[in-house]
This record gives sequence, structure tokens and C-alpha cells, in this order.
Amino acid sequence: MTAPDATSTAGAGPAAGSGPAAGSIAAVETRPIRRLLIANRGEIARRIQRTAAAMGIQTVAVYADSDAGAPHVTGADWAVPLVGRTAADTYLDIDKVIAAALASGADAVHPGYGFLSERAGFASAVIKAGLVWVGPPPEAIEAMGDKLRAKELMVAAGVPVLPWVVGEGPVDIGWPVLVKAAAGGGGKGMRVVDGPEAYAEAVAAAAREAAASFGDGTVFAERFLPDARHVEIQVLADAHGTVVHCFERECSIQRRHQKVVEEAPSPVLDGGLRARMGEAALAAARAVGYRSAGTVEFVVGPDGEFYFLEVNTRLQVEHPVTEAITGLDLVREQLRIAQGEPLGFGQGDLRIDGHAIEVRLYAEDPARGFLPSTGTVVGWRPATDPLVRFDSGIEAGSVVGVEWDPMLAKVVAHAPTRTEAALRLALALERTVVRGVTTNRDFLVATLRHPEFLAGRTTTSFIDRVAPAPRWVPSADELRAAATAATLVRLAEQRAVAPVLASLPAGFRNGVLPPEVVTWRAEGEEIAVAWQARRDGAVDVIVGGRAGVARLRRCTRSAGGVDARVAGAGAGSIGVATGPGGAGGIGVAVGPGGLFDELAGGSPAGAEGTLDLELDGRRLLARWQRRGDRWWVQGASGDVALVEMDRFPEPEVQVVAGALVAPMPGRVLVVAVEPGDLVVEGQLLVVVEAMKMEHRVVAPHPGVVAEIRVSVGDQVSGDDLLAVLSEEVAMPDDATVPARAGSDGGAVPGGGAVPGGGAGSGSAVPDGGVGS
Amino acid sequence: MTVLRSAVDTGDASFQSNRARMLGLIDELHELQAQAAAGGGPRAFERLRSHGKLPVRERLALLLDPGSPFLELASLAGNRTDYAVGGGALLGIGVVSGTECVVVANDPSVLGGSMTAISIRKIERALEVARCNRLPYIQFVESSGGDLRGIGAAADVERALRENLTHFAASGRMFHDITELSARGIPTISVVFGSSTAGGAYQPGLSDYTIFVRGGAKVFLGGPPLVKMATGEDSDDEELGGAAMHAQVSGLADYLAEDEPEAIRMCRDVVAHLHWSKHGSGPAHTRPVPPEHEAEELLGLIDPDLRVPTDAREIVARVTDGSRFEEFKPRYGSTIVCGWAHVHGFAVGILANNGPLFSDSAQKAAQFIQLCNQADTPLLFLQNITGYMVGREYERGGIVKHGSQMINALSNSTVPHITVVVGASYGAGNYGMGGRAFDTRFVFLWPTAKIAIMGPKQMAGVMSIVRHAQAARRGEALDEDAERIRTEAVESFAEAMSEATYATGRVVDDGIIDPRDTRDVVGMALSACHSAEVSGARHFGVFRL
Repeated sequence: MTAPDATSTAGAGPAAGSGPAAGSIAAVETRPIRRLLIANRGEIARRIQRTAAAMGIQTVAVYADSDAGAPHVTGADWAVPLVGRTAADTYLDIDKVIAAALASGADAVHPGYGFLSERAGFASAVIKAGLVWVGPPPEAIEAMGDKLRAKELMVAAGVPVLPWVVGEGPVDIGWPVLVKAAAGGGGKGMRVVDGPEAYAEAVAAAAREAAASFGDGTVFAERFLPDARHVEIQVLADAHGTVVHCFERECSIQRRHQKVVEEAPSPVLDGGLRARMGEAALAAARAVGYRSAGTVEFVVGPDGEFYFLEVNTRLQVEHPVTEAITGLDLVREQLRIAQGEPLGFGQGDLRIDGHAIEVRLYAEDPARGFLPSTGTVVGWRPATDPLVRFDSGIEAGSVVGVEWDPMLAKVVAHAPTRTEAALRLALALERTVVRGVTTNRDFLVATLRHPEFLAGRTTTSFIDRVAPAPRWVPSADELRAAATAATLVRLAEQRAVAPVLASLPAGFRNGVLPPEVVTWRAEGEEIAVAWQARRDGAVDVIVGGRAGVARLRRCTRSAGGVDARVAGAGAGSIGVATGPGGAGGIGVAVGPGGLFDELAGGSPAGAEGTLDLELDGRRLLARWQRRGDRWWVQGASGDVALVEMDRFPEPEVQVVAGALVAPMPGRVLVVAVEPGDLVVEGQLLVVVEAMKMEHRVVAPHPGVVAEIRVSVGDQVSGDDLLAVLSEEVAMPDDATVPARAGSDGGAVPGGGAVPGGGAGSGSAVPDGGVGS
Repeated sequence: MTVLRSAVDTGDASFQSNRARMLGLIDELHELQAQAAAGGGPRAFERLRSHGKLPVRERLALLLDPGSPFLELASLAGNRTDYAVGGGALLGIGVVSGTECVVVANDPSVLGGSMTAISIRKIERALEVARCNRLPYIQFVESSGGDLRGIGAAADVERALRENLTHFAASGRMFHDITELSARGIPTISVVFGSSTAGGAYQPGLSDYTIFVRGGAKVFLGGPPLVKMATGEDSDDEELGGAAMHAQVSGLADYLAEDEPEAIRMCRDVVAHLHWSKHGSGPAHTRPVPPEHEAEELLGLIDPDLRVPTDAREIVARVTDGSRFEEFKPRYGSTIVCGWAHVHGFAVGILANNGPLFSDSAQKAAQFIQLCNQADTPLLFLQNITGYMVGREYERGGIVKHGSQMINALSNSTVPHITVVVGASYGAGNYGMGGRAFDTRFVFLWPTAKIAIMGPKQMAGVMSIVRHAQAARRGEALDEDAERIRTEAVESFAEAMSEATYATGRVVDDGIIDPRDTRDVVGMALSACHSAEVSGARHFGVFRL
């Protein structure tokens, strides 16, 4: 493959058949795809399945052990286990994936993004196995995989690049610089260095990290533009020489060098800049003989100058924003190109329609430096109104672990204007139920609603500069309403399953009793809700010390989250739980008499539904969920998580650490040790005689006798403190420790077997053991 | 079944004045109940709390299932006596671990929970409710023992002895009744929070299950002073009867709780493991509809002048499911309204007064009671009765025979009877309409109830006539001024004695209720009755026909 003359890029058109790579593809073989193996997991596997199904193509899923029940597996026509727990053993194992493809009768492989998607070796292996590779030629992947080589190629093709230096050599490109791994991706090993002092160390660290992650320690430093924008151009190239670009995406808002919010078009590109960058992207694609969908990434400085960063030789996470504004289905185009079909349109056919914004909903904690969070997704109910696109690979019950990417879903809004798209997306996120793991949802909502975002001032430093609120914190009133709502829904549930007197008004009293109290823990504090039934079906409440009147106007319960899914597992009933309104949801009438109709669909373990609460004249319309003692109440302002406190907390038994107590009332017969003695486990400490039985109190663990509270002849009550044994200590040499048998035998002539553990009370020695 | 229509005009002046009077009486009821709930007062409560103890109503609230209804019984026991309102005890039917139970609890803030004439009546009533309705029995025990205050306090000892008709030897029945419950297969559970000594020690001793609170429960026959007197031995409370000793040594305690909430949780666990199943057929409808007519309107139905009639159907229409009522013999014996309905889903036969009982109405009632027995249907009496009709014509018409038929049917009926006295309850009318003496399972009073042998005016008048006759026999003339004062005094005394607040203080009923609660109270009572088998009589006494 030959790099084109650098001067030839200017003015090159998108005409089909033009471009330097065209000549190398003389005859195009058409190979229909009927069964597609998707070498990926999660949302992207699901997303590819959707298009494949629309095209009438069967899909084959592969999966790691922990994904055996995952939606990408159950949503496929065929599924092949890769057997293993780690990525390296499964989704990154080329041999296993190829074997799965062959075994399942697949005729093509789509790599998705991540995993093996940018491994030239995998592309080659797929092709070698006689399968259709849905992606660019291995050579193109390889050329772009080495960032240094890619930069050189781009210089040759006349595409503007940032100056760079390799390794530890003197930096003469100005400061700051970004140190990168040549083989890297996904932000790994990247470091911004402001001046020469920290440079050497940064390079060394990046090299170590690169070597560990990518097996190649080559690093280079590139001029870093601090307040720049990240703008990328989507390209499509078919095997017939047609190369088009589908305009840009702006992905400037990033944390830890990973994108969070992406949009198309960019708020700052004008027609001229767009055309210039589009041309540069086409030049880049042609320079490597690109085929399939790819992305050319640029950085755009405050002055409007742009520089090539790298080419992503795969489908991007953020591809849906391009689909939204162009009306294309990029996966469909990938599949058609892979089958050898020509693109059905030219550059001139593409138009930008409105504005699209995508956010990545991550299981991570923005309040703790965006650290990934783990747990079980207890509730998952994408908003159905306003209409937005959800690409997700999870469902209620999915476990988010550390082994896979913490992205739960990407959510895309498309609207006539950027502001409408942002606000629509924010509202949809707010109305989405996602519970059980900490997510960046509130942070995303705060970002999308932020004036700086709405003004389009989105640069790579946005998060540091603007610092959107990491999470929504309910006000005292919101907390009060949520706790009241949870209390009354709990009550409705309890009344619905009451085995007797179920038709009586909740909390009916014909006399004076204290109010019922339900105590919740939310936002790190306890909130007690005391309630008493009123004659009109409402309840008097005192919440956190404030009195009010509450009425649960309506409460529904739908077939609940995880349980419904588990109950239906194997019957193909996924979706029952998350369908709008929920299957089997039955309204609960709270009549004037306070009558709760029967709720349907719940279980002791969990349930969910909607509620309509009136509290002091204000309404709360919310979605509620219960999972064990954990509750969520999600109204218009956010999701409040509550934990129901046990009505009967474990009593506080005052136990001194290491305390040994009398097993029963009696008289102290023997004190076998003194304070300061070292004792071994099982060693006799005290003998208590009661009811003519001897009870041996032995050391439950090795330690030092800290205290002896009794002496021979003392009367003791049951549970009286006899002795205190210090925490386990490192035992000295055996020689200094009295032998267990000797000490035992010496103290109690009839000593029985030493019990294994227990609370320190030994077995009773029968009457005859000691003369009585 | 017909849906009853209502002719109540809430804008009517007499309705409004009746309602205002009723609301005043309800306020009085609430005031007395608040007094009972306040027990020994805030300082006594503080003292309990400082010892890690809960006031009795908090103990009970913790025992009940969340959101479940509680039917308090005899809440004003002791009212208008020398004893505290409430009688130092709390009694009711509540739902514990899904099971309706009788709960009776000493209130340690009142005289240390000591056993007074009133609290013993309440406990005996509790045992009776448990026995008749086959309800598990839970007692919260904390009592300083028998109330010895009256002994030796009188100035004139002989007079005091003559006036006192009670005797120790008549007491102790409650111990018999506790163990009798057990013998009948009705579980008995004692949660001992505090002292339960001497005779009181047998309360847990005779129970199926005992739960003792560490540091609180003290159960022994003789305390340290008695032991010292009896044997010379020095001892302390904990050694003699502490919870830990009983849990570890004597075995009297089955469960040892570290604190009161744990004891209550253990009690709930015990009830849960009983897997109690009710023997009645239960409600016919699990989703009963409320009445068509507002319960609020019950407030304006009863006139202070009990001679002003109230159509009993107006009450029925505000008690039964969907206001539905299948009336029996509506055109015959119209001074008693009989018919079938459901209350909270439970089938019930209702007998309600619409005037004095005549021969035809008594016969109709007797027949209706027999029909309900045939169908195993419980009876609900709505009493508003001045009595059986008197007068020459009625005596000649056989009112005694026909009244006897009704009382025969009632007395030998074996289905549960529940009575609500809404207004008058005089003379044999009280008996024939499911009076307390006729093994009625539950008797509740509206605040407007009047219960006596006859109306106060009639009583005063009758006595005056008798005095006039005596004077005439002696040939003397009565001082009419003095006689008028005397008659007024008799009337006002009789009036006071007939009031609901007087009756209920003596535990001859299960309490005064807000009329608006009638449906719910009756529903709970019916549900309690269905814990036992509901089975009608096939045999009655010989009917004098």
C-alpha cells in the first residue's frame, strides 16, 4: 500500500471509485452472510443482533462463564460457551472464538468494539478460517494500530498532525505534552506532562504500563492542547472504492481519557471546517486502503486548527449519534460492505438532520473519582417517554462485576436542536430506573442541564472546569416524602397479604395506641415515620419530627424485577419485568375507608410498581421498588434509596471482649489460672459447681489471662463475668507454655474431654467426677 | 339482596342536634380513653423507661402486625369506680404473626400493675374471650400482686365487713381458666416483664409458653422477706426468681429475652410457629364492598328522647357490605327487623329493634334465631329496646309466652351472638336482644346506650306510686314537696346508673364505641368468633306454644 502524495488530499472529492486503494480491489467477491458470530458481549452484542435480525441474519453469541444468562446470550439464536472467567480466557482468546464460529456454522464474524476488534491477527485468523470478517482489512488495522506509524502515514498523506517526539529524547515540541503508548488505546498509560521536570518519570511509567497492557513499551510524547475539543469523523468505505464520511462527532467531555458524552454534529464546526476535516478523514482512510466503518479522530484547538490523532478501525461506542443525524444504520453498512456490496449512496446523499447526543451510563461513582462500582442491578427500566434510544446489555438481575467494562447502557436522544436533545436526554435519564449499583446517571443529568453544556462550551477540560454535581442529593422534603411513600406502600403490601382481617382499614383502632413507627435509613441518617390511620383513609404522619397528613392515592405493583425474571427464566419471558406498566400490574385502590385492594405480582423478596402520594397537599408520583429491606422511591427529582430498619433490632448484649461468663448460677469450685498466665486453647480456667454439677470454663482461644473476677467459694449468677482473656497473642515457644494435659489434670481430677471451641463454657463433669 | 335506601336528611335540625350531642359524647369517650392510656402518668412512664421498660401500650403496639387492626375491649373498665379508668390493664384482640389473639397486659404504671377487682375482671374477661372464640391467649405479666389497700383501712370494722360481700375463697378462678384454655388446645403464652410473684407466679407457671425478660422478670412464690420469715435464709430477687435463673436452672422460662423488644419478638415467633388455623368457615367474600351509605350519618340517628323512634334499617344500611340486606318477614311483627347480610364478608343474621317487642315480633325473632342456627349463621343484635309490651291486651295476647319463646331460642342458640346497644336497653328487652348474661360473645355500646331494668322516669314514678300506696295503707298523707324531690333524686340516680359510661366501668360490656366504627368493630368480632367452629343449635328448650 502506498501513501499518497501529501498534496493530493486538498480538493479530493468523495466520488465513488476514486482513491488510491481502489486499484487493489479489482474483483469483488460477494459473500452472503446468513449466520453471524458476534465476538463480543454486553450492549454492543445486543446492538449488532438487532440489525442482524432486521436483515434476516441469525446470530451466534459467545460467552464467558459469568455471562451464561446474560441478555446477549439469551437474545441470540445460537450460543457457544467460551469456558473461562477472564477476558483473556474467553473473549480475547482467538482460537476459542474461531472454533466457536466454525462449530456453530457461522459464516461471518463481527468483533464489535474493544476485545479483538482491533487485532489484525484476529482479522487474519477469521479470514484464514474461511469466514467473512466484518471489519477493515488486517493490514489497515495493523497500520493504524501503531500510533507512531499512523502519524507518519498521515504526514505522508498530508493530514495535519501534532508534533511528537519518541521516547526520552529531548522535547522540542513545546509544553505541555501528552505521553502515550504507541500500541495503546482506551486512554491506558496516557499522561499529561506540563514541563521537563516530570517528563522522564512519566515516560518511564507510561512505558511500564504499556509494556504490561499491550506487550510493547514504546511510548511517545505529543504536543498537548489543553483546552481543545475532541472531534472525530465517521467514514465508510466499501470494497468498490467508495469512501464517504458521515460528518463528525464531538466527544470532548471525558473523564480519565474516556468519553462520557458524545454528540453530532459538533457545536463548533462550521461548514468549511467540517468539509476540511471530512476531506482529511477521507485522505486518511484512503491512505491505508480502508474498508468498512472507521473513525478518524482529531483534536481541534481553540483557534479552529485541527490535528490528526488516530484512526479507530472499528465501530465506535458513540456511533449511534451519527446514525441519528444521518439516518444510516452503520452496522448494516458494515455487514453489507463485508458481504461485498457497494454502498448505496454517495457523499452528496448525506445530510445532517437535527442534533443527537449520547451519554454512557456507567456503573461508577462520580463522587469517588469515577471509580467503577459493582453490584447487582436490582432495577432496570429504561424510560419510554420521552423517546430515546437505549443500547444496553443488562437487565434487572444482571451482576456488574470487575471483570468487564462497567458501561451499563448508552442512551441517545435525537431532536431538532441541540438544546432539545440535551434536555430530552436529561429527562429520559431521570425517568430511567437503574438501581442496585452506583451509576453516573445523576452526574450525566447535571452535565446535560448545565448552562456551560447547553452553551456548547464543551472542551476536554469540561469536567474539571465545570464540575457537574456528582450525585443528586434529596432535600429534607424529598427525603420525607420518599420515606412516607415507602412506609405507605409497605403498608399496602402488608395489608394485601394479611391472612386475617384484610378488609379492615389499615391500622384500625377503637382505642388509644401509640402510632406505628417504621424507621428508614437514607442518606446516612435514620428517618422514623410514625403514622396513624385517619377516618377518611388518609394517615397522620410524623416524619423526622414533622407532622403532616399523607394519603396514598394510588399504588400499583407489577411483576417484580428480579423475581419475575427468575420465575420466568427458561420460558423466554425476559422483558415481562421491564415492559411499560409491567405485566400483571393491578391498581390498588385506597378507598375512603383506607381499604387496600389486593396487590398482585410481588413476593417477599421483592416487588416494584408506581405510587401516587399526597403529603401536605403536594403530590409525589413515583416508581417504587422493594428488594428485601432495600427500597427505592423515584419521583421527578431523583431516586431515593432507603433501607427499612428492623422493628426488632438485635438486643445489645454487653460483652467485654474476651469475657468468660458463668454458664449458670452456682459456686466457684476451682480457679485454675492467675492474671498474666498464658493459656492455650481449651485450657481450664474456672470450675463452677451448680446443682451438684461441675461446669468447666475453658479458654476459647490462646491468650493471656487479663483478669480473674472470682475466687474459690464465690456464688455467681448465670452470665456473671468470671475472667477476661486477652486477644490472641503470638504464642511463645512451647517450653514456656504449661502443657495442656498437665494443667488440666492437675486442676480437675475427673476432667473430661476438652470441648472444641464454643463460648468458653466447657462440658459438665458428671457428679461422680469430683467428690461431692 | 336488596340495597337499602336511606331516608336520612342530614340537613334536618334534629339530625344536626343529635349529631352534635353524639360528637360531644364521643369527645367524652376519647377523653376517658386518653386517661386510661395515660396510666400512672408521665412520671410513672419515665420511671419505667429509666429501667429499660416500655409503657404497656408501646409493648402492645410492638407485638401487633404492622398495619393490622386492633380491637380494644373494656377500655374504660373501672370508670366511675374508685379504681383508675382502664383498671390498670389493657385488653384486646390483635393480629400477631397473622393470627388473631387475645392480649391482656398489666399496666405497671398503675399501682405497679397490682391485681384489683377491676383488673381481675378484665383478665377473667380476656380468658373468657379466648375460650369462647378459641383464640390464642397472650398475657403480658408485670404485677406487684394482690391489691391489699382495702384491708384494715376502715374506721368501723364491723360495718366494713358487713358491706363487703367478696371473699378470698371466691378468687383464683383465673388460674383455673388459664390451664383450661390449654386443655382445650388453645395456646397460652406469658411474657413476663416484671414481678409475677406469689399467686402471680402461676400465671406463667400455668402457661404453655413463657418468655422472661432478663433483669425484669421476677417470678417466685415467696420474696426475700417471706423466705427470711419462713426459713431464715437470706436471698435476693434475682436468685429467687430472676429470668436468668428460671431460664438456666428452674426451667420455668422457655425463652430468655435480653430486653423487652426481644421478648415481644419471641412472642411473635411463638405465635408464628403455632400455625394456627381458624375453625370457622371465614368470610364468604374476601373483597367485601363498603356500605353505600356514609357511616358519618350514624351520628345523627339517635334522639336523646329514647321514645323518638329510629328506623333500624338506617343503621343496618351503614353496617352491612354494600348496604345489602335480605329482610325476613318485613310485614310481620314489624317492631323487630330481621334479615341476612354480610359484614366484612362474614355472613350474619341481624335482629334490630324498631319499637317495643310485641307477641308477633317476639315470635318472628324466635323463628329467625332458629333459622340462623340451622344455617350456622352468627347473629348481630342492634338493641334499641324499651322492653316487651305491657298492658292488659298484651298480657291476654300471651306476651309472656311469646317473649319466653324468644328467650328460649336465644338462650339455646349456639351460633355466636354479637350485640350493639345503640339506644335503649331496658328490662327483659336487654335479655331477649342478646344481653350480656346470655353468653353473648361481644357486647358493644354506642355512647347513647341506656341500660337499666326500666327507664329512670318509669322507675322513679313506680317507686313513688308504691310509696303513695304504702302511705295510703298506713292512712298517712305524703309530703308531696319532699316526695317530688325524692322522686327527682331517684330519677337522676337511675339515669346516671343507666348510662353507658357507668355500665362499661363495671366490665358488663366490651366497651363504648364510636358509632362510625360499628361495621369495623362488628367485623373484627365476627372474625374472632370464626376462630372457633361456628355451629348452630339443633335442639332448643321446649317452646311454650
